[in-house]
Amino acid sequence: MSKLHVTTKVNGDTVEFLCDPRETLLDVLRDRLGLTGAKEGCGTGDCGACSVTVDGRLVCSCLMLGAEAEGKEIATVEGIAEGGALHPLQKKFIEYAALQCGICTPGILVAAKNLLEKTPDPTEEQVRYWLAGNLCRCTGYDKIIRAVMDTAAEMREAS
Amino acid sequence: MVDVALWSGLRPLVGGRDSVTVEGGTVGEILTALRRDHPALGPTLDAGVSVVVDGRVIAASLTEPVHPDSEVVLMMRLKGG
Amino acid sequence: MALDSSKTTGFKYVGTRPDRPDGFDKVTGRAKFGADATAPGMLFAAIKRSPHAHARILRIDTTKALAMEGVKAVVTRADFATGLTGENWNILENVMAGDTALYDGHAVAAVAATSALSARDAMKAIEVEYEILPHVTDVDKAMEPGAPVIRTGAADASVPEGLHPNVVRYHKSGHGDVEAGFAEADLVIEDHFVTEATHQGYIEPHACLGTLGADGKGELWCCTQGHWNVQKVCAALLGLETSQLRVTASEIGGGFGGKTTVFIEPVALALSRKANRPVKLVMTRAEVFKASGPTSSTSMDVRIGMKTDGTITAAEGVFRLQGGAFPGAPMEFTAMCAFAPYDLKHVRQVGYDVLTNRPKQAAYRAPGSPMAAFAVESVIDELCKKLDLDPIDTRLKNASHEGTRASFGPKWPRIGLVETLEAAKAHPHYTAPLAPGQGRGISCGFWFNHGGETSVSLAMSEDGSAQIMVGTPDIGGSRASMALMAAEVLGIPYENIRCTIADTASLGYNEISHGSRVTYASGLATIKAAEAAVEELCARAAAKWGIPEDAVYWEDGCAKPSGPNAGDFEPLPIAEITATMGATGGPINGHFEATPEGAGVSFATHIVDAEVDRETGSTKVVRYTVVQDAGKAVHPTYVEGQFQGGAAQGIGWALNEEYIYGEDGRLQNAGFLDYRIPVASDLPMIDTVIVEVPNPGHPFGVRGVGETSICPPLAAIANAVSAAAGVRMRQLPMRPSRILEALDSAADG
Ligand code: FES
Ligand code: FES
Repeated sequence: MSKLHVTTKVNGDTVEFLCDPRETLLDVLRDRLGLTGAKEGCGTGDCGACSVTVDGRLVCSCLMLGAEAEGKEIATVEGIAEGGALHPLQKKFIEYAALQCGICTPGILVAAKNLLEKTPDPTEEQVRYWLAGNLCRCTGYDKIIRAVMDTAAEMREAS
Repeated sequence: MVDVALWSGLRPLVGGRDSVTVEGGTVGEILTALRRDHPALGPTLDAGVSVVVDGRVIAASLTEPVHPDSEVVLMMRLKGG
Repeated sequence: MALDSSKTTGFKYVGTRPDRPDGFDKVTGRAKFGADATAPGMLFAAIKRSPHAHARILRIDTTKALAMEGVKAVVTRADFATGLTGENWNILENVMAGDTALYDGHAVAAVAATSALSARDAMKAIEVEYEILPHVTDVDKAMEPGAPVIRTGAADASVPEGLHPNVVRYHKSGHGDVEAGFAEADLVIEDHFVTEATHQGYIEPHACLGTLGADGKGELWCCTQGHWNVQKVCAALLGLETSQLRVTASEIGGGFGGKTTVFIEPVALALSRKANRPVKLVMTRAEVFKASGPTSSTSMDVRIGMKTDGTITAAEGVFRLQGGAFPGAPMEFTAMCAFAPYDLKHVRQVGYDVLTNRPKQAAYRAPGSPMAAFAVESVIDELCKKLDLDPIDTRLKNASHEGTRASFGPKWPRIGLVETLEAAKAHPHYTAPLAPGQGRGISCGFWFNHGGETSVSLAMSEDGSAQIMVGTPDIGGSRASMALMAAEVLGIPYENIRCTIADTASLGYNEISHGSRVTYASGLATIKAAEAAVEELCARAAAKWGIPEDAVYWEDGCAKPSGPNAGDFEPLPIAEITATMGATGGPINGHFEATPEGAGVSFATHIVDAEVDRETGSTKVVRYTVVQDAGKAVHPTYVEGQFQGGAAQGIGWALNEEYIYGEDGRLQNAGFLDYRIPVASDLPMIDTVIVEVPNPGHPFGVRGVGETSICPPLAAIANAVSAAAGVRMRQLPMRPSRILEALDSAADG
């Protein structure tokens, strides 16, 4: 089967790749662009480990085809820190031990950042429902929710 | 001589007794003596046992010392998740 | 004189909460997990699996697959070692079926190709002809006369005569005369309980990247809880010499016991040997559900007698566990853990390990114990209700403590059950008012914990910093804990220590990260390795000062003369000693190898409030408190994390999670949509209380903490739901349909 040529932007950089029409955006990010931050936990849209944003919208990259990325702006966990400086969410996740194994962390950070951009002052319930599509098997979510709430408070103070 | 308590599933193999007395100063010596004096226990020992000495579960180490007045209990081998 | 840094108080670093060393990599996406590795020339693999629960394999035709573009190798059972026995044979039989497929999802062949998509296409093109055999997936049905025999001759010597050949192991233990004990009781309750199989549910599927040459030398990268075990088993299954295979453990995206064995690693290596290229193999989520190692399902009968004052007079339990098509269901642990919290004069427990046409079970966090607690603690709850007794006071009255006899034989050493019960009783949660429709449940739980073979090596750098190599994959922040313990002994800041998980070629043998053994055993070995380095550091200072070695002691990262008689010398900081180590005797290292046997058992008490919606049958956990004995919490935040994670998994097991098999023996819900693990909006915050009753078997008093936290939740939630619904729930999961049924039949009855 012949491959498709796709031009897109990932974390601000223009990239080009060839992909099979059946390949997902997650396959492309991981296997063609070497961005292994997004994880495949299920491949069926149920775990959120593959979360990225496409033109600012949170999506499961395992549910989108690589070819659909043409002309879009993709943001992944690798783009959250600015240079060497961690995003406040990343700092709080380390401080609160909001990760144990860390496999869910990239997806949860992408999703949480997306939430705080839209909703700077979320309630606990809002955070819990927003992250309901991101499975974490290690933490029981307690420290994750606290880290997100505290980041939101700190970012509100700073702005 | 050390008294070794057996779990009840093993008792039919030693004539219904709930413990047997064997010679040994270490866990390894006790297991060897059990195998020698009570060949019927062989398959169980092969399948793996832990030896509890004075409340400490010895899962592997044959060199752990055992004293004549130690409380020694056989237990099925321990593993975990 | 060997240095001894044992202590249970006065810590400087242990007990603090610094950032974890792998945090930065994990929040930036840089951490490399099982599926994140690549190699030049790498092929991708896919496994062909049986769609039948039980079927003879008549023919496997790979011609079409091999003819496809990009396909480089196909393997079947013929490509693995022959003549294996015991557990190695069982593992091989599970990794790649021999002449019979034993469960839905059993591997029968595998293919490697130049892309993941072509590997998947080629896998579909492999043709397998089966003769379908009768199957059984339910534990009780598998024990009935006339049930299909899954494998003849699989039973070991423990099984009494007259049982179905599917019963492959048997356990019976206890003491006293239970019938006499029941005769003394004012009330005896006997009940039947059922739990379904659940999956560990780690978010990272099994993944590996292997290279193996015709010269018998190989490299393997994989996500595992124990890479020395992977090395040993893969070598056996492929007919290699163990030392010729080097295994590196990736970052591991959750294991909970499910990554203590091998499933795909030998397949990747066999394909690599045939294709002479590196091969990457990653399970899909459906494969994880169907063909890795879920936990056992159970059928249990428990009978307990009690006096009106709450004294338990006798207890008896029969525990039947199916562990799939292979021996190994942890029924002896179910039996031994069942009554462990209680000091009983008369107790008897019986366990059956039963074969069914399901995947080979693997360990899941305190294997076997949570189900036992569900049955036993439900009966105790019912007794307390009927006799109008306080559930914590009643448990305290019967609680095991130092010197009482455990239900499985020995006398207890120092244990912390009473302390967890007292802390639970004192917690505001226990007396907080409940809203209408809510119920409160409590439960105790017990797990043994484990030591195991351990090697640790520590090396000083010239600048006075230290690196530690441990061999137990970090499944819960253990690198931070190791660095804290080393910092305590060396007297240098936590930040000056880097802890790495060594590969199998860089360190001596290490048993798997299981049995909550890491902080205990690798921790103990780290302390001993650091002590060895400190002794050498003191020796160098003594040589410099020209005084005897025993006139030097170590404090706050400095060598110091031990008193006025030793001489008047300024303290010598570690960095000054290491700066010249090359010229004063060579590199300064410490190492320790042993099989430490002082793992301390641990107990927990959980309190939970649940709210049941009588219209829909759905349950919401509204408040949860975990109280557990950690011995000593080295990094309290990670201890809390283990408590919370175990409780959350227990909530899923109690309320939602189950393997559902159809009449055809096929798994009906092999995905996260239909196998529903708790999500963020399902759970409340999970409160924790760390109790510290030091373990005498560890220099700093550490007990394992990872597993005990999943023992009480099933029962605590069942007790809460039963209280809220006003009807006893005897079957897990307590999904809405089951609760509605129970409410209906209570209304009818
Ligand atoms: S991998 Fe995309 S949602 Fe799970
Ligand atoms: S930290 Fe392991 S899955 Fe979330």
